[in-house]
Amino acid sequence: MAECHPVGFQWVMEAKARGAKVIHVDPRFTRTSAMADVHVPLRAGSDIAFLGGIINHVLRNDAYFRDYVVAYTNAPVILREDFRDTEDLDGLFSGFDPGSRAYDNATWQYAGLEVQAAAGQRDQEYDRRTQGGGPEVAEAARGETAGSGGFPIAAGYPPRDPTLQHPRCVFQVLKRHYARYTPEMVERVCGVPQDVFRTVCDLITGNSGRDRTTAFAYAVGWTQHTVGVQYIRAAAILQLLLGNIGRPGGGILALRGHASIQGSTDIPTLFNLLPGYLPMPHAHEHEDLDTYVQAEAARKGFWGDMRAYMVSLLKAYWGDAATAANDYRFDYLPRLTGSHSTYETVMAQLDGVCKGYFLLGENPAVGSADAKMQRLGMANLDWLVVRDFSLIESATWWKDGPEIETGELRTEDIATEVFFLPAAAHTEKDGSFTNTQRMLQWHHAAVEPPGQARSDLWFAYHLGRLVRAALAGSTDEMDRPILDLTWDYPVKGENAEPDAEAVLAEINGRAADGRPLSAYTELSDDGSTSCGCWIYCGVRAEGVNQAARRKPGRDQNWVAPEWGWAWPANRRILYNRASADPDGRPWSERKALVWWDAAQGRWTGHDVPDFVPDRPPGYTPPEGARAADALAGDDPFIMQADGKAWLYVPTGLVDGPLPAHYEPQDSPFTNPLYRQQRNPARHLPSPHPDNRYQPVGSPVYPYVATTYRLTEHHTAGGMSRWQPYLAELQPEFFCEVSPELARERGLEHLGWATIISARNVIEARVLVTERMTPLTVDGRTLHQIGLPYHWGPNGYSTGDAANELLHMALDPNTHIQESKAIACDIRPGRRPRGPQAAALVRSYRRRAGITGATGTEV
Amino acid sequence: MSFAPHLVFGGRLAGDPDAMTETGERPRVGFFTDTSVCIGCKACEVACKEWNAIPEDGLLLTGMSYDNTQGLGADTWRHVAFIEQRKPVDVFQAAGQADAGSKLVDGAGPELRWLMASDVCKHCTHAACLDVCPTGSLFRTEFGTVVVQEDICNGCGYCIPACPYGVIDQRKGDGRAWKCTMCYDRLGAGMEPACAKACPTDSIQFGPLDELRERAEIRVRALHDAGQPEARLYGHDPGDGVGGVGAFFLLLDEPEVYGLPPDPVVTTRDLPSMWRHAAAAAVAMAAGVAACFLRTGRRPR
Repeated sequence: MAECHPVGFQWVMEAKARGAKVIHVDPRFTRTSAMADVHVPLRAGSDIAFLGGIINHVLRNDAYFRDYVVAYTNAPVILREDFRDTEDLDGLFSGFDPGSRAYDNATWQYAGLEVQAAAGQRDQEYDRRTQGGGPEVAEAARGETAGSGGFPIAAGYPPRDPTLQHPRCVFQVLKRHYARYTPEMVERVCGVPQDVFRTVCDLITGNSGRDRTTAFAYAVGWTQHTVGVQYIRAAAILQLLLGNIGRPGGGILALRGHASIQGSTDIPTLFNLLPGYLPMPHAHEHEDLDTYVQAEAARKGFWGDMRAYMVSLLKAYWGDAATAANDYRFDYLPRLTGSHSTYETVMAQLDGVCKGYFLLGENPAVGSADAKMQRLGMANLDWLVVRDFSLIESATWWKDGPEIETGELRTEDIATEVFFLPAAAHTEKDGSFTNTQRMLQWHHAAVEPPGQARSDLWFAYHLGRLVRAALAGSTDEMDRPILDLTWDYPVKGENAEPDAEAVLAEINGRAADGRPLSAYTELSDDGSTSCGCWIYCGVRAEGVNQAARRKPGRDQNWVAPEWGWAWPANRRILYNRASADPDGRPWSERKALVWWDAAQGRWTGHDVPDFVPDRPPGYTPPEGARAADALAGDDPFIMQADGKAWLYVPTGLVDGPLPAHYEPQDSPFTNPLYRQQRNPARHLPSPHPDNRYQPVGSPVYPYVATTYRLTEHHTAGGMSRWQPYLAELQPEFFCEVSPELARERGLEHLGWATIISARNVIEARVLVTERMTPLTVDGRTLHQIGLPYHWGPNGYSTGDAANELLHMALDPNTHIQESKAIACDIRPGRRPRGPQAAALVRSYRRRAGITGATGTEV
Repeated sequence: MSFAPHLVFGGRLAGDPDAMTETGERPRVGFFTDTSVCIGCKACEVACKEWNAIPEDGLLLTGMSYDNTQGLGADTWRHVAFIEQRKPVDVFQAAGQADAGSKLVDGAGPELRWLMASDVCKHCTHAACLDVCPTGSLFRTEFGTVVVQEDICNGCGYCIPACPYGVIDQRKGDGRAWKCTMCYDRLGAGMEPACAKACPTDSIQFGPLDELRERAEIRVRALHDAGQPEARLYGHDPGDGVGGVGAFFLLLDEPEVYGLPPDPVVTTRDLPSMWRHAAAAAVAMAAGVAACFLRTGRRPR
């Protein structure tokens, strides 16, 4: 966090100054470790074993917050009799189909509930019918729709055992599931000595309960595994058992990789989501608005009003053209027929299906896994548009990329037409950043962008304007969705820059009379309201840009509600009803946040209560109540289908209801925990000669590499490698190795090293440092190699791209690559040039016996 | 002989910043750099270069941990040092002291520490650079800081060997001497220096020197109480060889570990006595010569 989020880390330092203990778990000793009370180096890719070990410790020693767990989680809920855990099936859950590599989650459900046909299964059949391919549609839209809510479960109330003794209740299933995650097993899998592990357990449990809370902060590296979502789930289980969710000082904080990545999932740049985590409709499954809403919204809690959110979004898109009679133009929305994630888009480029590509502030030729595949995909396009500050590698690969050097591509053979458009920086445009706390902070343009540089808003607006002008007068029905769009943003200045606040006003939403809305509870499904993103409704309440508020913290209470604006409804801590006990009293005075004021008949407190404002703690909903009306007075998790937090996930994840440790795709170790080696449902794109996987435990690739960022550079380098003041601070690509590994492989400090995987070969300067620690894993010494991934051949500071080494095996829920743990080899000296480079990679593959099938086993 | 006449004044040197506060003009300001909370982000280095338009000075991977800046110079007015070290510590005993402020456990063996510290011009109370400047380019500002005036500096370079910390430096291809101005222009506009403004953890604190010294004493005591007896202040003592500095530090190890001189002395310390001796010698010589003439004058023709 100190490395990649130095500005946010000031609050960790503030907490430390007040006596907080900081634990840092990372394969490397980083700037964060330097500030931490405890640094725990562990094997990259073993975090679920580590977290599972803590969960086991908490359960075994009765260190969980029992009152919280019983009242607010699904721990007491009883599961179906036919559910089988990894304990029963040696690493698999029930419902796995090896043929399609997919789970049918019917057996994962709560007992006694009528189970809806799993959406995934329906899609699989559609997929098999139409493409004969894998379960891609099943995976396409579901994983991330939980960003602001849960998944549908069947109606009704499942049987519960508040004593937590029933053998099939979630709590007991959890206890059995993690029983094998002992300190001995943690040591064996993670390479963390047992005494260090126990210190961590003691610090965390000692700092959780009624009076104290512990927070988890993870960099998004946690998501970059074939089991990435389950990493986060493991942390969620632990935090729920300890009562650390919905309470001040608790939570799980995702340290996003860019300034507004939270914003770009809220109002998404993802293929499978519409604004506010509304799922993108699927072909066949979602023929009209009613079937869409029925499939997605049959539940209690605030997702129950999804129709109002969707209709208001359609009104924002198509204005007067969207009416009740035409289903608010739901038919204008595109439909998913499969997954269109980054990596599948690359495969589609190679297949010639995807012919055009926009890269807005993205440098996949350096920043994406298996960077060579990215370039080969782009070389097969008709056109490519790159908008960035500098001529990044993704704009010039066709003339000076690594494949030109090796002879694998020839410039004269590449037909891709490449357009480069200079982009404006954030200081040169108005707009908002949404941070990990879901807080929007407005920024104002300080200077005009230089030359032809323009904002992305300018580009999108004027491109749309020109496309609409070109289509004007068309009678083709296909063009109606474009021509009927509300595309009327006012522009200003010499550059005709669209008014960013007009966009914010559209996002905030308007009532029938044009008045700005102030809360999403005002949204209606009768077409009288419009709202571009329901969770952002209220950001411009009273017509005032609430995100631009900058009242200093010293002039307001400690929650600081008048600095910026946080969705939803300016709540700073989500699910904060859980900060009070079931009777509505704070769990402790020290950790009071919101509470029930019986005299006023309302919830009140320091933060905006995240609950129905006047619903008493003892309230029981009447039979047949739906949506928010169905929430009981002690259902704090108001977006969840049952109002409770899920220790166990009956539906919504494609790779299991509980996190289990699986080895990374390329691992030097066999899985010590189960016979199942890898995540059985991991997403493997169709085989390609430049995306080969490695055999388990191959001595040809004996080391583990992990990629990361340095404070001095930003992601793929487009914003930093061209900046002299930043480039001089970390001027070259380097790898970090321990003195022991340097001795073992003859690597010299500041000399060169060649690093090889089954995909590619790179070279780096060597930094020998004791900050890299050899670990004892499964009885043998493991050396790990650190690879900052900022460099590429262009710019002022140059070097090979670490991501050349990565493969394209993905997390099946989110389609995120496994950047953080790959097996590789390292040797002294520079890499070969030209065709010899590719020949070296091939020779390694031969020695390891790699074929197209290697690593694709279930 | 071009040395300014103030060099031969006895006692305190002219332009003494503390003397200035005694006149009640302005409080002397300075930096307190608390290295115990430095996270090595180098925002100070970049903010300094941005604000002062200092040239980038080369892409050199030094291999000195994450320090590719190496030291202060004409083109580096803030420098973050990175020191990787292992100190023998009983980890189990340390782990038992869970309330101690120091690191509890690490992977194995002695404790691994990564010290980070942002160095800067010390703006000495007795500033030798200023003392030796023949043009008056270096001067003591109304804030008690020491600043080079780039339009006056003639590039003679006397100030460079005069600095006991090796801070001030001549820029290649330019010849003039450059160093931290404590953002003199920002101070004049009522703003804090760029490095302090950019520091996310308040490792670099700016303010009236007296206040900073008090704050630093409290911080050192707090660290001692928290089990870090190695915490100490550097440069805060007006009784040291440079009369105390305007930019002092809290360190977690000996100054040498950070590349700082353990006992800096203003290189012009002995100049007054040297000048007195020289003057005495000159007087003696003049007297001798005069005596010769007198004797000569008395000689009968």
